[in-house]
Amino acid sequence: MGSKIEPKTLAEKIMSRASKSDAHAGEFVEAEVAKGMMNDITGPLAVKGFYEIADKVAHPERIVIIYDHQSPADSLDAAKNHIILREFSKEQKVLNYDVKEGVCHQIMPEKGHVKPGDLIVGSDSHTCAYGSLGAFSTGIGSTDMAAVLATGKLWFKVPETIRIELKGKLPRGVYSKDVILHIIGDLGADGATYKAVEFYGETVKEISVSERMTMCNMAIEMGGKAGMIEADEITEEYMKERLKNFKLDPYWKTDEDADYKKLEYDISDLSPQIACPHRVDNVKPIDDVEGTELDQIFIGSCTNGRVEDLKVVSEIIGDNKIDDGVRVIIIPASRTEYLKALNAGLIKRFVEAGAIVEFPSCGPCFGGSFGLLGDGEVGLSTSNRNFRGRQGSADAEIYLSSPAVAAASALKGVITDPRKI
Amino acid sequence: MAKAWKFGDDIDTDAIIPGRYLVLNEPKELAEHLFEGVRPGFREKVENGDIIVAGVNFGCGSSREHAPLAVKGAGISCVVAKSFARIFFRNAVNLGLPPVECDHVDEIDEGDRIEVKMSDGVLRDITKDRVYAIKLMPPFLREIMREGLVEYTKKRINGSEEIL
Repeated sequence: MGSKIEPKTLAEKIMSRASKSDAHAGEFVEAEVAKGMMNDITGPLAVKGFYEIADKVAHPERIVIIYDHQSPADSLDAAKNHIILREFSKEQKVLNYDVKEGVCHQIMPEKGHVKPGDLIVGSDSHTCAYGSLGAFSTGIGSTDMAAVLATGKLWFKVPETIRIELKGKLPRGVYSKDVILHIIGDLGADGATYKAVEFYGETVKEISVSERMTMCNMAIEMGGKAGMIEADEITEEYMKERLKNFKLDPYWKTDEDADYKKLEYDISDLSPQIACPHRVDNVKPIDDVEGTELDQIFIGSCTNGRVEDLKVVSEIIGDNKIDDGVRVIIIPASRTEYLKALNAGLIKRFVEAGAIVEFPSCGPCFGGSFGLLGDGEVGLSTSNRNFRGRQGSADAEIYLSSPAVAAASALKGVITDPRKI
Repeated sequence: MAKAWKFGDDIDTDAIIPGRYLVLNEPKELAEHLFEGVRPGFREKVENGDIIVAGVNFGCGSSREHAPLAVKGAGISCVVAKSFARIFFRNAVNLGLPPVECDHVDEIDEGDRIEVKMSDGVLRDITKDRVYAIKLMPPFLREIMREGLVEYTKKRINGSEEIL
């Protein structure tokens, strides 16, 4: 049997091309990466490692630097790290978006650095988000990134694939965030460790790139190596806005008779889902936690900080004021998304309602910059992690939800079902 | 002979080293805050060469290499767990901190004197006088772990060898 007719998963196809070999799940390959991304937190360690290996970046045009975790610099230590990356990018002629653009996982697809069929690495765990455009993208550490800088290559274990078929239409008030939280709750924090997680089916076909990003972004929360959705007409439209000559190549999809594990969820009756403290897989339907008092609500992050999310928030908040007992921090995921929200009048509405609107960054999600939770405080967040101490104090509690739940809760000061507003 | 420090399942990287310390890049500095939020006082009690013994999915969450760096900086000689989160596993290998997979961690108690012999594929619980099998790594991974990825890559660039 020749390799040409052998059925393969999308992950195996991408790994095969990148490694110039006939790659199968379970095998180790050395592969060329199409893009390597690093941010202001993981970049300095990568640069330090790089200079111990080499003095010239192998493929500067494939490297992208984005500052987002402590951006603009919030301390002298952060400023020092920013300088390290600035000097490195100048010396090595590497693209550096610096503090100006926003959250790395929004910027990479937004600026056209991601294409279906690409193998992409980033020294941040939520790099798995770019699979929403049919790429294979995965998070790595700083020393791995140092090796990528020096050689343009990295070793990979070709992952097995879990294909999750999603059936049904999203009910009113329910979003892709609720779907992914539901799946993580079901499979558990290590339910997909080392696996490529592919989403497909009628539900996926109808949701936007933004909603797809939310789902692939959170594949890591069940241990997934990559979250993936094969490119279709919706992807094509998104890509053409960025790369004029883009053409959809039907090759980049999982062959039906390839070897994968199949799971199925019907989401027709799904209710808003909440990840409760202190685990992302501690997921409950909203009924179980309605009325929980909140000190802070964060709306933003690479998971749910796009204009589409902010529109949902705006529609729910309307002309009403945010509850006096809760502070609401809203951060668009990128400068471009910020501008869209600004032009649509959303920012004005948020500020009038009493929210704090910040310039694009990871914000409270990183828990090392600003908007931290204090001892005993309770936060609700549209981001992706609620680990103990993630947003500040180890004695604080974090709930995760969709932007709709966050908006409804902002009006009441307690966890509130958006379907009841 | 090292002392075993027991941890549960799904120990995440925010628990190992909270985000607010990621501005630090030195292992010794990071080690000062190891498990600070979830196990106060750990740093003061742990001794050079001690071993962390945990359940499934150790190191889940962020890609921060500061996590294995902090563990290493505290003098921990290796981490034994039922399973590891993927990125932590890679980071640990790259830094030469052995991530040892073993199915028998439930039989080990906190404070047991244990030793790990990677080359023999065994973990010895000296306190209980028991020997357990550990999962063997592919040879190229053992080589990366022995040298560290920086040295390993440097050699291969200079020798123009393939990584695999």
